[in-house]
Amino acid sequence: MKSQFNTSNVVVALVAAGLVVLPLYSQLTGNIFILTLFTRIIIFALAAASLNLIMGYGGMMSFGHAAYLGIGGYAVGILAFEGIGSGFIQWPVALAVSALYALVIGALSLRTRGVYFIMITLAFAQMAYYIASGMSRYGGDDGLTIYKRSTFGGLIDLSNRVQFYYLCLACLFGGIYLIWRIINSRFGLVVQGVRSNEQRMQAIGFHANRYRLVCFVISGTICGLAGALLANNTDFVSPAGMYWTRSGELMVMVVFGGMGSLFGPVIGTIFFLLLEELLSQFTEYWALIMGPLLLLIVLFARGGIMGLLGRFNRG
Amino acid sequence: MADPLLRVENLVRRFGGILATDNLSLDVIPGELHAIIGPNGAGKTTLISQLTGQLMPNSGTIHFGGRDVTALPSYRRSRLGLARSFQITSLLPDFTAADNVALAAQAHDGHSFRFWGNARKEKPLRDAAQAALTRVGLGARADVPVSELSHGEQRELELAVALATKPQLLLLDEPMAGLGVTESARMVALLKELRKEVTIVLVEHDMEAVFALADRITVLVYGRVIASGDPDAIRHNDEVKRAYLGDQHVVVAHG
Amino acid sequence: MVLVEQSLNGLQFGLLLFLLAAGLTLVFGIMDFVNLAHGSLYMMGAYFAATFTAWTGSFILGVLLALGATLLLGIVLEFVALRHLYGRDHLDQVLATFGLILFFNDAVRLIWGPAGLALPLPAWLTVPVQIIPGVYYPAYRLSIIIVALAVAALLYVVVMRTKIGMLIRAGASNREMIGALGINIKLLFTLVFGLGAALAGLAGLMQAPILTVQIGMGENILILAFVIIVIGGIGSIRGAFLAAIFVGMIDTLGRAFLPDLLRMVLSSAAASTAAPALSSMLIYLLMAIVLVVRPEGLFPAAKR
Repeated sequence: MKSQFNTSNVVVALVAAGLVVLPLYSQLTGNIFILTLFTRIIIFALAAASLNLIMGYGGMMSFGHAAYLGIGGYAVGILAFEGIGSGFIQWPVALAVSALYALVIGALSLRTRGVYFIMITLAFAQMAYYIASGMSRYGGDDGLTIYKRSTFGGLIDLSNRVQFYYLCLACLFGGIYLIWRIINSRFGLVVQGVRSNEQRMQAIGFHANRYRLVCFVISGTICGLAGALLANNTDFVSPAGMYWTRSGELMVMVVFGGMGSLFGPVIGTIFFLLLEELLSQFTEYWALIMGPLLLLIVLFARGGIMGLLGRFNRG
Repeated sequence: MADPLLRVENLVRRFGGILATDNLSLDVIPGELHAIIGPNGAGKTTLISQLTGQLMPNSGTIHFGGRDVTALPSYRRSRLGLARSFQITSLLPDFTAADNVALAAQAHDGHSFRFWGNARKEKPLRDAAQAALTRVGLGARADVPVSELSHGEQRELELAVALATKPQLLLLDEPMAGLGVTESARMVALLKELRKEVTIVLVEHDMEAVFALADRITVLVYGRVIASGDPDAIRHNDEVKRAYLGDQHVVVAHG
Repeated sequence: MVLVEQSLNGLQFGLLLFLLAAGLTLVFGIMDFVNLAHGSLYMMGAYFAATFTAWTGSFILGVLLALGATLLLGIVLEFVALRHLYGRDHLDQVLATFGLILFFNDAVRLIWGPAGLALPLPAWLTVPVQIIPGVYYPAYRLSIIIVALAVAALLYVVVMRTKIGMLIRAGASNREMIGALGINIKLLFTLVFGLGAALAGLAGLMQAPILTVQIGMGENILILAFVIIVIGGIGSIRGAFLAAIFVGMIDTLGRAFLPDLLRMVLSSAAASTAAPALSSMLIYLLMAIVLVVRPEGLFPAAKR
């Protein structure tokens, strides 16, 4: 809105361009690892972007977002297990079930605020985790292997690394575009207004929780899509993938990047997962460094990476 | 006498053992500026909050435009045409002045489940916002974030936000609170203009302003109405003098 | 017979949950601080107990040393890191203490290895005790009930009858007030945090001989403690106590009897599929019901 050529915009443009040309680099150098790594990063970036919609713009600190990754994934996995391989069925089901779960959990959780909300979303996600562990037909604790990726009638081949990568990237860019439209729409302004001052919004005639809930459902649905992608990427779904630490990691990615910044979650996810990758090459005990680092970032760098870039820009 | 726009009957609100609103009845006639005064702790803000629905009464009824609104939440009452300003400025601090008002216009427009178009580029909303801002003298400050507005400007913005919902009744909770002399004078002038268009209930500490503006004044003490009438009658009412103005006789001199 | 035994198991589990939830709710009530790493202190209590017991060869000595060590760890943690987070966003607190969980889990893996530890009981605690004619109950579980009840009673006395307790209650219902009273808040906070840590450690080390001592053991039970706080009402010790017993009972009895109950209405195969998922869902369903009926919890602390 101010200058188009500020530091953060340049960084965002560079990162986006880098993501687009990455398969080319992988092809030229024969580095397949980087392609798989970034496919994973892109999927998590989509999940983080969806979480940012409610955290950054809606002010709802959900500690249960990994549940949608699991639900989207299990929708794909269970349908594949039962012989329905078409993505045209699997994916809409994944989105619908995620939306439904978000609707129920949201309606319950939004009866409370603040810390309560954090605890309750966490608890319900844990319930989803236990349900998944209890589904003995679909592998229970051990998880469910997906022997065949979703098919789309020959339109796209998900087993092809490059095609799958671009599908994920398209979903990420599409998701971010969608979120961008939403936050600037009438609905989006109301949601941000409610985050800023609920009492005021009620006083001018908005039923705050109705908007919160719809926003919560949209976010959960987008994350369900990320779940469907993730299941196809790993050819596997398991309760472990929806364990509560995963929800915590998603929150960390959002905060690393900068809450309430459109592209922040992408930057944050890249940073978090690359750091994790890098640290785990040095030591098996990478969390010994990641944990305290997280503490330090919370204490000293509150705006995340986009915040730092913004500060650089202004100062 | 015309049918009252707002009719409050036998309103009671307790906090623990304290009666904050004690069997209070009150009528507001269309077109009047009705001031509510009373010493600190008389229950003025409690009353306003019950009128707008932020707080529910223990018993009693509130009718607005002939309709029983006692049980309606605040967002429903707002849609019926009841707007309020807050005693302690309550705006969206990270939004611009224009955004604050445009959201109120949007609320009045009633279509907020639109997910696609850019709301900041909707001309009708922006025009309505600009009009309300101009009305309160903030026309040139539209694009300034609220957090960068002065206290006086924020009080004016409160008014603009309330106006943008196109209310039938405006409940103003101490609009002069914290304003300097010049700012207060501007606010009084503004309210003099506004009262021609909309019915106003004004809660205010500034006696000079109240006696200059009000058609009728209701005096609250300990949650009870002890007098109600035109400014002259109130000024000469013995009970008011004793119970309220007695210990603040300095203020009477202003009247 | 089975019902009595399972009810006692439920009571015992509920009391353990209370020890954990009490610290959490105290720390939250008085410092407005959400501590996810509370579960890590529970885990550390268990690891300390296993280690000290092995070193000293005495269960009692090991347990006492472990309690002291957890208390100390809590105080150090508060002093070094957590006190800088008071007054910050709850989100900041959640993320920072999430970082601590990651740290503690890997630190434990580094020091004690990935495999779990066992905390063997002394012989005198392994014998069954006849509690009512014909009904035997493990002495150790019985002693957990007794110790936890005693601690709960002590906590009640401290909170309700002493000057520190008065400050804690005042702080929980009105945070600004203790500041106005001119109390050394920093010291009080450190003290309360240490107390919470010791309670968590106690819960962990008491649970240790029943389950294995392992990484991540504090996480599932921490979430249960959250559920208890939500059900009981934030900041309320009494609420935490009642809700903890309630949750402990429902969870234990649900796991024990739900399969049989389901078999009465469903086919045996369907029942054995549904039972594990359903019994683990039970307390979350309970929480959902409480949220619908009384979003502020069943026994909220006195209104501000």
